[in-house]
Amino acid sequence: MSAPLLELRGLAKHYPLKGGRVVRAVDGVDVALHPGESLGLVGESGCGKSTVARLALRLIPPSAGAILFQGRDISGLSDSALRPLRRDMQLIFQNPHAALNPRRTVFASVAEPLVVQGVAGRDGVLARVGDLLRQVGLPDSFLWRYPHELSGGQKQRVCIARALALEPKLLALDEPTSALDVSVQAQILEFLQELRSRSGLAYLFISHNLAVVRQVCDRVAVMYLGRVVEEGPVEAIFTAPRHPYTRALIAAVLPPRPAGMPEAPLAGDVPNAAEIPPGCRFAPRCPIRMDRCTRDDPALAGTDHRAACWAASEA
Amino acid sequence: MTALLDISDYRLAFDGFEGRAHVLDGIDLRVAAGESVGIVGETGCGKSVLARSITRLVDTPPGRVLSGHIRFAGEDVLAMDQRALARLRGHGVAMIFQDPMTYLNPVFSIGSQLIDVIRAHDRAAGQRMRPRVAARAAAAEVLGAVRLPEPDRLLDRYPHELSGGMRQRVLIAMALTGTPRLLVADEPTTALDVTIQAQVLRLIGELVAERGLALLLISHDLGVIGALCRRIVVMYAGTVVEDADAAALFDRPRHPYTRGLLAAVPDLARPDHRARPIPGHIPNLLAPPPGCRFHPRCPLAVARCIAEKPALREVDGRRVACHRAEDIAA
Repeated sequence: MSAPLLELRGLAKHYPLKGGRVVRAVDGVDVALHPGESLGLVGESGCGKSTVARLALRLIPPSAGAILFQGRDISGLSDSALRPLRRDMQLIFQNPHAALNPRRTVFASVAEPLVVQGVAGRDGVLARVGDLLRQVGLPDSFLWRYPHELSGGQKQRVCIARALALEPKLLALDEPTSALDVSVQAQILEFLQELRSRSGLAYLFISHNLAVVRQVCDRVAVMYLGRVVEEGPVEAIFTAPRHPYTRALIAAVLPPRPAGMPEAPLAGDVPNAAEIPPGCRFAPRCPIRMDRCTRDDPALAGTDHRAACWAASEA
Repeated sequence: MTALLDISDYRLAFDGFEGRAHVLDGIDLRVAAGESVGIVGETGCGKSVLARSITRLVDTPPGRVLSGHIRFAGEDVLAMDQRALARLRGHGVAMIFQDPMTYLNPVFSIGSQLIDVIRAHDRAAGQRMRPRVAARAAAAEVLGAVRLPEPDRLLDRYPHELSGGMRQRVLIAMALTGTPRLLVADEPTTALDVTIQAQVLRLIGELVAERGLALLLISHDLGVIGALCRRIVVMYAGTVVEDADAAALFDRPRHPYTRGLLAAVPDLARPDHRARPIPGHIPNLLAPPPGCRFHPRCPLAVARCIAEKPALREVDGRRVACHRAEDIAA
């Protein structure tokens, strides 16, 4: 297997609160992403999936752990040292309506990274932006439009064109279709799959929608309260999940058909990240909790398909 | 049987700087007592403004009712005075919305807000408002009814101290403080995580069954609708395009838009099914397409679809608004 493009080792992000308490937003994450691979990051709100993406792209500095990008630890690099690396890693946000400046044309938004990184000269920029728009399926006539003249799907395409401008190796997508209608979501998903097979980009794909993740990802990491609790190939995760939280997430998905209510949903709420339970952090909500689970914190165990669960490791 | 809710030929427009937006274009919809009906559609299809029309929460102006009527339990909602509306809102129809934080006042305790609502419902019903102490007991009881633990202590807490799922339960409790016969739930779980969504949907299903309420559940998510509703109404660009039994709708959609919508949803249980987009865009309601509003995106459109608006008509045991419904393979 090739060397990973991105590897996170023991990655943590802690935010101190007044009174000595600490929010452990990300609390020891180990995952790897290989070139051309699509890794899904799933979990409920507050589990730390967006923070992991921001750490991986070094938009924020980690509290602990290493971020290896193409084998080089970038966790402690200064902003100026990071700048040349920014070309290789780009981020797409959930809400395309908020990610474009309403006073700038599509051309100005997409051209900005080219100008900032000094990639294209004055003459080359227009041709390059036109080319990028065609790549995302928008005609040249969109160059001089403003965001308010575009639909949600078109805006997300413009955001993707802007992210592709510098030919990155890694694209982090944070809920890229959650703000879009399903008919438009299908367009964007279709496009993202086509783009990856054409360009060999790697995706760090964050979503709460498991059906979407199953469609676009090769591997999946399931997060709960700042930690990856299960990670493995997409088929193994969905057909033979090992962690009880993964099973509960899958069971809670409502299929698009008259299925009736899902069986016995998970009780309770996700605990506060400033008060992480001792032992296994999922233990208070876990339907198969054992004595040991409230004492000892399970680590991710296994090789290709890993789970952090005492019951899974005994089975 | 007379319907509990009866909406017929309801047309609503909004007047704005850019002209008149034809937001609802001849809605026909009936809901029987105790029935659970889902309304599904994408952004801008008019499902929320239709829900708000039922209790006349749409401001006029800028809204303008162009035609039609809305009857609830035989009474004409569009003709009601403020007193009758106050009784309708809570004693006839209760509503819950998408974002529970928006509908709770952050500076008052849960108890204080519930007590106010309980006493307002007393007044609307023409009774003497009960004292706050008595209303407090009723508030604790209704919090218990929505399965919130320690209702007495919860009454003294503030909205920011509650999780999203708990806040939505509080709003459901508030909706039950009157004596509603119809619960209108507009995207009640869209702001919630999936495991919490499952809890809240289960609660809504149980309460509706226990109390014999009719349910009008509005969602963009076919899974949410499929979990609770036996009948599904599909809306597109301000029109009802299909109204069918849930099983029949999912198995044999008869409207091209319903077919497109079903094909666009990724299904976890069927990984081989690739979500397929619907080409084109939703129309601008300032200048909606003539004839069938779906015709510019429809793979089956013919000249008649541009010339003539299709009426909702009986086909294959359901109502469909499509000239070519018979041509769509079952």
